[in-house]
Amino acid sequence: MNPDKIIRYSIWIYLAIFFAYLLGPLIIMSATAFNSPGFPRMTPWECLTFDWFGALFRDERILNGIWNSVLVGIGTVIMSVSMGLAGALMLTQIWPKLRATYYTIIIAPILIPGVVLGISTLVFWDRINRMLGLGADSFLSNGLFLTIIGQSTFIASYCMLVLVARLQRYDMTLTEAALDLGATHAQAFRKVLMPFMFPAIASAGVLAFLASFENYNTTTFTFGEYPTLTIELAQKVRYGITPAISALAFMIVALTVFFALVNEANIKRKALIAEARKDATVGELAGKVEVPGFLSRNPAAIALIVLLIGTATVVGSAMAYSPDQCIAGVQEQKRLETERRIQELRDQRAKDAAEKSQQEGGAETQSTPKPSNNSGFGSVFAPGTLEGSDSDAGDAAPTDSGGNNSGFGNVFDPNALQNDDN
Amino acid sequence: MSAGVGVDLENLWIRFGDFVAVRDANVNIKGGDFFSFLGPSGCGKTTILRAVSGFLDPSEGNVLIGGNNMQGIGPNKRPTALIFQNLALFPLMKVWENITFSMEIQGASARERRKRADELLDMIALPGQGDKLPSELSGGQKQRVAIARALCAEPDVLLLDEPLSALDLKLRQHMRTELREIQQRVGITFIYITHDQGEALTMSDDIAVMRAGVIDQIGDGKTIYNDPSTAFAASFVGENNVFRGKVSKIIGNEALISTNRSGELHARISTANQGKLQVGDDAMMFIRPEALSLAPTGTQGDHYVTAQVNHEEFEGNTYNIFTEGDGGKEIKISIPNLGQSFDDHTGQPITLEYDVSNAVVVPAGELASE
Repeated sequence: MNPDKIIRYSIWIYLAIFFAYLLGPLIIMSATAFNSPGFPRMTPWECLTFDWFGALFRDERILNGIWNSVLVGIGTVIMSVSMGLAGALMLTQIWPKLRATYYTIIIAPILIPGVVLGISTLVFWDRINRMLGLGADSFLSNGLFLTIIGQSTFIASYCMLVLVARLQRYDMTLTEAALDLGATHAQAFRKVLMPFMFPAIASAGVLAFLASFENYNTTTFTFGEYPTLTIELAQKVRYGITPAISALAFMIVALTVFFALVNEANIKRKALIAEARKDATVGELAGKVEVPGFLSRNPAAIALIVLLIGTATVVGSAMAYSPDQCIAGVQEQKRLETERRIQELRDQRAKDAAEKSQQEGGAETQSTPKPSNNSGFGSVFAPGTLEGSDSDAGDAAPTDSGGNNSGFGNVFDPNALQNDDN
Repeated sequence: MSAGVGVDLENLWIRFGDFVAVRDANVNIKGGDFFSFLGPSGCGKTTILRAVSGFLDPSEGNVLIGGNNMQGIGPNKRPTALIFQNLALFPLMKVWENITFSMEIQGASARERRKRADELLDMIALPGQGDKLPSELSGGQKQRVAIARALCAEPDVLLLDEPLSALDLKLRQHMRTELREIQQRVGITFIYITHDQGEALTMSDDIAVMRAGVIDQIGDGKTIYNDPSTAFAASFVGENNVFRGKVSKIIGNEALISTNRSGELHARISTANQGKLQVGDDAMMFIRPEALSLAPTGTQGDHYVTAQVNHEEFEGNTYNIFTEGDGGKEIKISIPNLGQSFDDHTGQPITLEYDVSNAVVVPAGELASE
């Protein structure tokens, strides 16, 4: 094999391992959402089911957690983006000598552990609350308020980083031009700076929302009466989790993929439009630009459509599909398994009893006792097993119908089902 | 558009900390004038413009527009519009939105704005380009859009901060004529900032020559070129040959300068310095390259200079001959191309002649750096 090929193969192998490491847990977790056992696991695969989604939406605590997370998220987005924008603007306006110091101070919250921020938020606002002589039920000790404030302390710094990057590319003479043309400072800000900053504000907002949604260690000190989703999940783990959590994870993954594709498709579309405009003549521009179709040369859009069709199909079939029969079958199987175990246990006891009576009755006739068969494998490893069931049958209790040396217990016994009917 | 609003700077000082950007500027700009501030970069001309447009408060003195003191009036309330060096077109707005931004601020409807934009686009010869984005325009087109945007605000005074410096030579020359035409059509006062003396001379009614925060001379192009009042103005505007020396004799408005290298030379004292220059003062005499001509070799006199041909430069319409004067000083002579060549003169001594009225004497001072 030539070395080029080896390198190419190793790259593919490396990529496969890398993505398996990255996405494997998510895929496994997502798969468990569709398996029927009560504990999230992928093997053994029992029945395809959509019931865990139903279970999720019936779980009051999870729903409440999601709702609180959304509330906190919205509050945090508003707080952090506005604080981040203010901080970023300040950074461009401040005296150059102070800039480095200011930057360090404003970035510091990112470096402080979230636990510390959580505790200090709690302590600080509690002090303020007491200083103002307010009670424990006041606004300042409200869980929502504290969580939003606590999270915003460091999420605002993230937002500022995003916004500063964009602001550095802003030409300050644009604001001057607007002022010169008669705009007030507010108008210049709204009509010139804000439209320029909008893409960065949008990404800062998304970033802030996601950071808020997944936050645990700051929130755990401040949530009060308003446990967020992460808090609820963490509390649930203590009592054991169900695949409903997997269903939630799957939905989050699906939504993330969906929005990523929407974004990607949109960016691609804009690029295509810009390209079309560049080639367009003046006449075309004055009239209408020949806008390229949404799907043309846009792989992300195609993937998006495929995803949507897939979702529709799955949801549609989930409506029609009922795993009840399968689940009933599996339950039946389990019941039989249990029954078999019980049966086996009974046999064992009977055998023990027979042996005991034999020992008592005919100690003289049998000098060597039969090896006791109380291992977990039944009589599978008994030396006599393979010789024929007849010889064994003599020793076995009369209740035993036929040789029972297969691993399946009575499952394949034609009489088994008849017995069940009774 | 109300034409003819003048701008006055009265004892204007602008300081940044210890640095004096503008030192005691006094300028009267007549209404409807095309007025240029000409000077090398860093001489404070942009600072003056920012003070007029209101982005900067004077440390001392006043800016008057149409006789009204602008103290404490912000840029958005002044009857001025500024065309920025980088044009500062709003990148996310279409051309027509850019042009009519000032109308949007006043709350005009989209249809009114559209109509006005189309009028202005016709005026700047860009009809039908209103729906483009600034990034889709060429340099010259952006330039014209910036002018249209400023004019849309109906200013009394249009301020231009080196708006042509980013353009290539051909376009720059074209835009000079166009700017001048636009100015004459709308009839408002233009204040133009440039370091290019060609631009200033071709377009302006009046020019202020600035050096390190100081206005050296104010006058029309011909005065500045022919009758500079300082050594800096003489050397910055156009090309000039300088002869250093001492005033040895004053005869009315003329003087004899005794130079170390070229003997005693006869010249006219510049108007601003007549009666001020005294015998014994350090002085500089300037002669334009085109004011020198060849004379029969060996001619002596107080308006003859001897030199040695060093090399020549062919410029198409003129020959530039670089000669070495007595003592190694370079003297440049421009001779109209009439078919002769001076190649074979290299290394030979020649005598140069000038008319006394074309040689100007000013007090010795700082020269513009090359």
